[in-house]
Amino acid sequence: MDIGTSLSNLFDGFGTALTPSNLLVAVIGVLLGTAIGVLPGIGPAMAVALLLPVTYGLDPTAALIMFAGIYYGGMFGGSTTSILLNTPGETAAVVTAMEGHPMAKRGRGPQALASAAIGHFLGGVIGTTLLVLLAPLVASLAVDIGAPDYFAIMVLAFVAVTSVLGSSRLRGFASLLVGLTIGLVGLDQLTGQARLTFGSLHLADGVDVVIVAVGLFAVGESLWVAAHLRNKLEKPIPVGRPWLGKDDLRRTWKPWLRGPFIGFPFGAIPAGGAEIPTFLSYVTEKRFSRHKDEWGKGAIEGVAGPESTASASAAGTLVTMLTLGLPTTAVAAVMLAAFQQYGIQPGPLLFERESALVWGLIASLFVGLVLLLVINLPMAPVWAKLLRIPRPYLYAGILFFASVGAYAVGGEVLDLLLLFAIGVLGFAMRRFGLPVLPAIIGVILGPAAELQMRRALQISDGNLSGLVNSPMAVTVYVVIALILAWPLLRKLITPKTQEREKQDA
Amino acid sequence: MSTDTTSTAPKTREPETDRKTWWREHSELGMSAFLLLLGVLVLTDGLSLPTDFTTRGPLGPQAVPVAVGSLLVLIALLLARDVLRGGKGEAEGGEDIDLTSTADWRTVLLLSGAFLANAALIDVAGFPVSSAVMFWAAAFALGSRNYVRDPLIAAVLSVVTWVAFNELLGVPLPGGPLMGVF
Repeated sequence: MDIGTSLSNLFDGFGTALTPSNLLVAVIGVLLGTAIGVLPGIGPAMAVALLLPVTYGLDPTAALIMFAGIYYGGMFGGSTTSILLNTPGETAAVVTAMEGHPMAKRGRGPQALASAAIGHFLGGVIGTTLLVLLAPLVASLAVDIGAPDYFAIMVLAFVAVTSVLGSSRLRGFASLLVGLTIGLVGLDQLTGQARLTFGSLHLADGVDVVIVAVGLFAVGESLWVAAHLRNKLEKPIPVGRPWLGKDDLRRTWKPWLRGPFIGFPFGAIPAGGAEIPTFLSYVTEKRFSRHKDEWGKGAIEGVAGPESTASASAAGTLVTMLTLGLPTTAVAAVMLAAFQQYGIQPGPLLFERESALVWGLIASLFVGLVLLLVINLPMAPVWAKLLRIPRPYLYAGILFFASVGAYAVGGEVLDLLLLFAIGVLGFAMRRFGLPVLPAIIGVILGPAAELQMRRALQISDGNLSGLVNSPMAVTVYVVIALILAWPLLRKLITPKTQEREKQDA
Repeated sequence: MSTDTTSTAPKTREPETDRKTWWREHSELGMSAFLLLLGVLVLTDGLSLPTDFTTRGPLGPQAVPVAVGSLLVLIALLLARDVLRGGKGEAEGGEDIDLTSTADWRTVLLLSGAFLANAALIDVAGFPVSSAVMFWAAAFALGSRNYVRDPLIAAVLSVVTWVAFNELLGVPLPGGPLMGVF
């Protein structure tokens, strides 16, 4: 597909996204997403999972447009929390807090919020533009890839998500296996035999991904917070309307523009989304900065770069999710579940079969970004008030909406009990340092990976070489081997970088 | 963060408390046991699938459960080894989490009770009543003691949510006897 076709498709997409009702849906999505993202303790993944039931009654296009708004809004809201309250709830905002919070403490909160908001906007626009240019290309290339390649890519996702993130690989793999086990529950896709259902008809349909996501994120988090609720809450720093002076603009425009080119590629590969690229952006900006003495005390470049990076990585995530059906972050995993609720399977054929829907979604990403900038800059003081919500209400509310979501899936009490059991599991995982993301990826990709593997072996008539008989599959397995060897490589690299950091400081 | 340094444990301990501390420090073995149990469960379930079934393709429905189950058992053992050698999973921090305090099980149990009460009540009393009870009980569990504002928020939130889902979003939630009048 050439760029001209993409652009005309995108133009049609704007036609879809800008109808009054869809525009309204986008506004609601952006507002809900930002509000929930600002709330302490709720990251974008939980926001998307909790708000999934809101979209049940909408048609697919409107639902996905609302989702896009919630996603971008949730990411944006997270930066407000980390700047004004310091302790960020999700990994993408950790880096923002490192410079953003000291800025707010020094009375430069408005500038920090503004550079985050504009960085978010620019990163999103550049990232989404790259999405427009690259996604159709990736999709057309991906049409030809076969079952062995898919299986290899999914194994890559499993290995990457367990190895790259978190402090312990062992615990990452444990989490992945728990996810794969939950994914096994239900009827075998090829033979229809019941696995791990224990004779329950309800379990024969499998465990709904929404219940797993809401259970692990929302219920697990609430129980975990209940066990360790902070007695004295940190007070958010009050803030006025965000604005930027000329001096600040001179310092921020380069980090804004550099960020997307770090964030986008990292978002597209299964390396856990924004965590690594935002940190890379931070290090890069620190190296380029002419105000090295300010770092650690509130350097504006350290907010602008990582925010723009995080936003672009979200767009990169969507490329992989839409064209390959492969979620690289928890949010993408939940969005994939949302697609599947409507019987739409993201993958290479999505751009052909659901052209109007996909381009409407992409156009709405641009619309959502503009809305975010227009709504959020003036409304920042209002959002900041949300940080003062009493924690009992906050976590009671999370439980409330979690149970609404689980019950609305099928109107079954059993789902609530399942939700609770998975919540207890999420609690234990937090207690013992098992990352949640591998489990979610395991639940969603596990069944698909099994299907592709068995298909590949059907074609090769049981010969194991059927899994490695294409150049792409071989390449992917080489990458997997490299990732598995990474700790060894890292040992060789880290001492040097640490010294350099010390010199910089 | 706590600046309290007086709470360091005394150097001489009874053997019984010693054993208790050992288990507390190695409580992650519980996770390992869970994974082991899960692995055995997946393995037995996988192996008990009828093999004479006309399978399509060389790999039947047992293959993946057997692989996942075996890996679970393996990881459980590796995790146990790691824990016994002094490895520790990093407990997850967060905005509202104070990891320096010991776990407050009373709050966790109360909160669980609130959630399960909702599950028990929802089909009998309807969504507005059951989830209002849950919200109030959950807020109470987490330390809110405003006997006017708490139930009021709970009631308004549940009724508004019920109306929004039923009427605006077209997602049916059970109204129960109380909403029968509408």
